[in-house]
Order: sequence, then structure tokens, then C-alpha cells
Amino acid sequence: MTQQEIQAPFPGMFYRKPSPDEPVYVEEGQVVQVGDVIGLVEVMKQFVELKAEISGTLVSFAAGNETVLEAGDVIATLEVSE
Amino acid sequence: MIRRLLIVNRGEIALRIVRAAQESGLVSIVAHSEADTDTLAVQRADEAVCIGPAQAAKSYLNIPAIIEAAKACQADAVHPGYGFLSESADFAQAVKEAGMVFIGPDAEIIARMGDKAMARQTAIEAGVPVVPGSPHAVKGLDDALTVVESVGFPLLIKAAAGGGGRGIRVAEDRDALAKQLPLAQAEAQASFGDGRVYLERFISRARHIEVQVLGDGKRAVHFFERECSLQRRRQKVFEEAPSPALDSATRKALCESAVALAEHVGYVGAGTLEYLFDDATGEFFFIEMNTRIQVEHPVTEMVTGFDLVREMIRLACGQPLRMAQEDIALKGWAIEMRINAEDPDRDFFPSPGKVETLIWPAGPGIRIDSGLYEGYKMPPFYDSLVAKLIVWDEDRESALKRAGRALDEFHLEGFSTTASLHRRLVEDPAVKEGAFDTTFLERWLAEPASNHSNVKEVIDEQ
Repeated sequence: MTQQEIQAPFPGMFYRKPSPDEPVYVEEGQVVQVGDVIGLVEVMKQFVELKAEISGTLVSFAAGNETVLEAGDVIATLEVSE
Repeated sequence: MIRRLLIVNRGEIALRIVRAAQESGLVSIVAHSEADTDTLAVQRADEAVCIGPAQAAKSYLNIPAIIEAAKACQADAVHPGYGFLSESADFAQAVKEAGMVFIGPDAEIIARMGDKAMARQTAIEAGVPVVPGSPHAVKGLDDALTVVESVGFPLLIKAAAGGGGRGIRVAEDRDALAKQLPLAQAEAQASFGDGRVYLERFISRARHIEVQVLGDGKRAVHFFERECSLQRRRQKVFEEAPSPALDSATRKALCESAVALAEHVGYVGAGTLEYLFDDATGEFFFIEMNTRIQVEHPVTEMVTGFDLVREMIRLACGQPLRMAQEDIALKGWAIEMRINAEDPDRDFFPSPGKVETLIWPAGPGIRIDSGLYEGYKMPPFYDSLVAKLIVWDEDRESALKRAGRALDEFHLEGFSTTASLHRRLVEDPAVKEGAFDTTFLERWLAEPASNHSNVKEVIDEQ
């Protein structure tokens, strides 16, 4: 089993939901495919979708909804599908 | 008269207002978020008060928290700056109800001019030209075709409930209108829950020209116009005063129409009337009014010599205008270049960071409005505007040269900015000729840089 850390590509505010009233993009333990959106990073009023670069199981989020991130901070851990 | 002014904003405009407050003999208090405790505005202000967490919704947009902070620090007036709550009628009302002076017009005027349909109706009543369009929502094609007689083609089909560029379709001719109208109505119903659509003349190549006014409720004066056609994604990038497109007769007619509208509504404070100007026909059309100080106000200050922020504080306190129209004269030319923390080589992606090295341009005719200082780490939560580089000179040609010289002196390490874009723009032949409209900059950016003749010259020289 290989684990991959998903890191913040730039500083900003991390969101797990598309908007406050909607469910999270991905639950912990959920399987994601390449290109699936796992969260949003807001930087200077621009929202950028953070997408899975590899398929696998999203084991856990290190960053909660509305967490302030520095570039390189770990957002989540993914267990890569074999 | 007021004594303690609470400034509910951040960045360069908070600092700008601190300066005006101090020069006016007021105690300046900056209301800031938890992410903004180390800004230059907070450092320079006489006092500071934290109003909430980093997210604007919980601080700079949080009316109850702001009113509470204003009371706690015994402020007797509130300046909203631009953006955030500056055009919130609710905020203006809340400030007034708390017994403080709002530095801006009354809530009723903010609400009236903030509603596009009401602003348009108000302009028509004041005799100000508006973009020709249907006086009411069009029902079916027959109804639309009667409107076409006065509006002409091409035209825009606009959703009544749309905004910010959403819910707009273009029809070039009768056939296109017949096809697009039902689609536009269905789309408007689906998107906004309101199927009403209006028709409006489509002015494909227009300039954005705006007029600065001040009013005291009885009388209004104008401070001439600003040309703000150089925009990217509807955001102004480079502004100047006056406009290179107007002859003196058109300038007079435009500016007088702005005064007529301001006086018609009994306007109090600083306001800006935005117009579309059609180079081809020389016609101008009112589009909207901003009931606040604007980002680009310094170019007006440079060419007229008045301090608009100090004046708006006086006016909000009920003082009459201190100047007559004939006291306000245009002198020279001013340019403002917005320095954003964005990378022009990466499609203007935000580039927050820490200021490692900073050398500002200086010398004759240079003004810098900025909250940057060496060691400052920009938070990633807010707008990317970090500095305004403003230059003044005797005429437009000299001002563009001075702008180039100023950009050469400007040195910032730590993150990318749009300064490099401005350095290329001020050398561009079309910019030098003042030959542009609101679509120019995006077309110019889409071209390979090697097509720009100023770059070619540099390459040829190497």
C-alpha cells in the first residue's frame, strides 16, 4: 500500500464544501478517481479546485473546513489503488 | 463636528483614510481582522480595533461586530473605504442608527443608485443619456420588434434579474433576435427565477469613462473625468485623467450631466458616475453610479489639486461644499497603475508572499498609495491590489514617459506583481495614442508578446 500526501499548492483558505450549505466534496474513507475535486483553496478572492492526481482511497483530512494553509501544508492523505 | 473616525477597511485605502483623518485633526482608528494586525494602516493609525477572524464575512463584512467595535472605541464616525460594506445601505443605516456619522450618502441614496433599474430611471428623469433600450421588459417577438425601431442592432438581451455579466445574449439581427429571445427568457427563468428580459443597444467598442462628483445635498460639482478603459475581466488595471478621447465640448456636456444627476438626487459626499463612451459617434451613456470613494480617485486629485477624502469627511458632517465649479480646473495629466500581487506570466494567478526587498520610485510627479513595507507578509484572504503607482506630468506624453521611469525605479522582491505588465503597456503604440476601448487589454494580452512593437524593438536591438 502506497500513501500519498496531498499538499496545498499555494497559501490560502481550504474548504471541504463547494458552499457552506452543501455536503463535503469527499468523505474520509471514500474512493476518489483522478480529477475528482476534493476541496477548494481560496487565494485572494480566487477559488481553485483541488483535484486528485491519482486514484485511491482518501484516508484522512489533515486540514479541516476553513483551515488556513501555507504552501506545502498537508491537506489529506490518499491510499493509492493498486 | 466629529472627533474619532473608525476606518472599516484594509490595505492602501485604510492608510489613505488614516492620512486624511490625521490631516483633518481627527483621531484615526482602524478596524481590522485577525489577519491584518500588522498592516501599515494599523501601525500608522492612532488606534486599532480587531473586529473578527480573517474571513471578510466574519470581520470586514460583519455589521454587528463593526457597530459593537465602533461603540466600544467611542467612534463618532465611520468611513467604509471602497469594496466591503462601502455600498451597503444596511450598513449606512446601522451606523446612523447607532448615532454615528456614515462617511457617504444616506442609505436611501445608496439603495436607489445601487439598483440598476432605479439608477437608470433616475438618470432619465435628470435628463442624462442612458444606453438606448426597452423601457420595460419585452413580452414576445412582436413587442421586441417595436423596441428594435428605437434601439437598433446589434442589441443585448439582458435578464432583468441578471448582473455582473450573467444572463446576457447578443442578437446581431432580426433572425438572431427571433431565435435568441425565447432562449434568453427560458434561461433567465431557470437561472434567476425571473423570466423578464430587456433589450439594450450593444455598443461593441466603447470606452469606460467616469465623472467624479462631490455634493452637499443642495449643490454638486464635478472634478472632470477619468478614463478607465484598460480592464481585464471587468477589473480596471490602468486609469488616467483626463480622458484622451474627449474634446472640450463633449467633456463639458459629460461632466455637466453628472452634476445634473447628482443634484437631482440631492447627493451628499463623493460619488462617481460611470459612462460608456462610443468613439465612433461621440455619444455617452450613463451606466451606473458608485456612491463611495473609488480606487482610482488619486488621478483626479493629481489633476485638480483637491483632496477628495478630506472633502468627503467634511461633507458627511453636514458642511457645505467649499468650492464653486469655476474653482476646479484641470492641470496636466495623471496616470494610475494598479500593482497587483498577480503573475502576468501565469494568467494573473494570485501571488501572495512576503516583501523581501522594496524600493519605491520617487522624484517629481510620483505618488505611491500602498500598505507594503519590507518584511510584510501579505495574507492570502483579500484582494490582490497591493499598491497604486500614480504619476503626474504636464501632458499625457510626458506622463507616460514618467510612468516608465517610475516603473524602472520600482523594485520589489518576494512575489510577482503586475508592474511588468505596466512597463510594457506604457510603451505600447496604441496606448501612447490613447487608442483603446474596454476590449483592448484582453485582446492585447491574448496576442503573443512578440507582436507588440515595443518588444520587437528590444529584440531587434539585441
